[in-house]
Amino acid sequence: MLEFLKQPWAWYVAGPLIGLTVPALLIIGNKSFGISSSLRHICASCMPAGIPFFKYNWKKEAWNLIFVLGILLGGAIAITILSNPAPIEINPKLATELAGYGITDYSNLVPAEIMNWKSLFTLKGFLLMVLGGFLVGFGTRYAGGCTSGHAIMGLSNLQLPSLIATICFMIGGFIMANLILPYILSL
Amino acid sequence: MQQNRDTEKDLQLGELDVMCVNESGLEHKWQHNIKYLIIGILFGIVFVKSEVISWFRIQEMFRLQSFHMYGIIGSAVITGMISIFLIKKFNIKTIYGEPIKIAPKTFNKGQIYGGLIFGFGWAITGACPGPLFAQIGTGATVITVTLLSAIAGTWVYGALREKLPH
Repeated sequence: MLEFLKQPWAWYVAGPLIGLTVPALLIIGNKSFGISSSLRHICASCMPAGIPFFKYNWKKEAWNLIFVLGILLGGAIAITILSNPAPIEINPKLATELAGYGITDYSNLVPAEIMNWKSLFTLKGFLLMVLGGFLVGFGTRYAGGCTSGHAIMGLSNLQLPSLIATICFMIGGFIMANLILPYILSL
Repeated sequence: MQQNRDTEKDLQLGELDVMCVNESGLEHKWQHNIKYLIIGILFGIVFVKSEVISWFRIQEMFRLQSFHMYGIIGSAVITGMISIFLIKKFNIKTIYGEPIKIAPKTFNKGQIYGGLIFGFGWAITGACPGPLFAQIGTGATVITVTLLSAIAGTWVYGALREKLPH
């Protein structure tokens, strides 16, 4: 059983499990699935700075912070007891492209050669980790949600604004990955 | 009455912000939050085991080189859709007996501008907010910097909010 669980899980196993988070959160406490709001609650709890957007009773949303803490712990559990030693298998075309940027290490979930503490202080590392993170935090809140709140929860509830947001996520991603990221990776 | 007005205010807040509304009017002891921790843990395990949080899988997705991510997001949405349909159809209540409420989302231009900006960040970092937490859990400690930067991005949005087109 454990050996079976250690293999990478197929999309048709993982997708429905992720989708089941939607009814699970609704049924156990009337909570709408969404992860990026945790970032807002962290701002509201640690540094509200008198900004109206952060003036609300974040303690009522503490469940969301506990949920993301669970995600972090889940990551740790999966990597320690359910870890698959084989490197991730990716499309050979992508492997060829990435090799051109010196990325050949597939043993981690993040590319170890470009995302590490040392590279953080290079221009490339700064753009990948600091700028990238900033865009994620700024963009998700501006859009009012991320992949979980819009793409999964919003589309599940047949919300048109969520469809628009999801389409824009994808357009942004396609532009970045194909047209801009290659320049950043070549730095 | 005060309670009702608070909920209404929260719902309005939530409309702009989409999801961070606590729809439940019930007060619970902190132990009740353990259920969210458990769901979070299971969710994090699925994230890692299905490689959703892999930077490489996100690169494949945005280059149309693999069906994997599309299959996951697509089947997650279909599962969610069926679940919400059933909850509404059979008027399913929470475990505390409350009726289930989901705040509707209203359109504003932020979904376009913010959506594109998030898309850029998603393709660079290979992670949306959930995966950032899971990646840190897998030992990629440097991703705490990405997460702190995402928190800073959220903060800057909050500070500039009135000046941005919505």
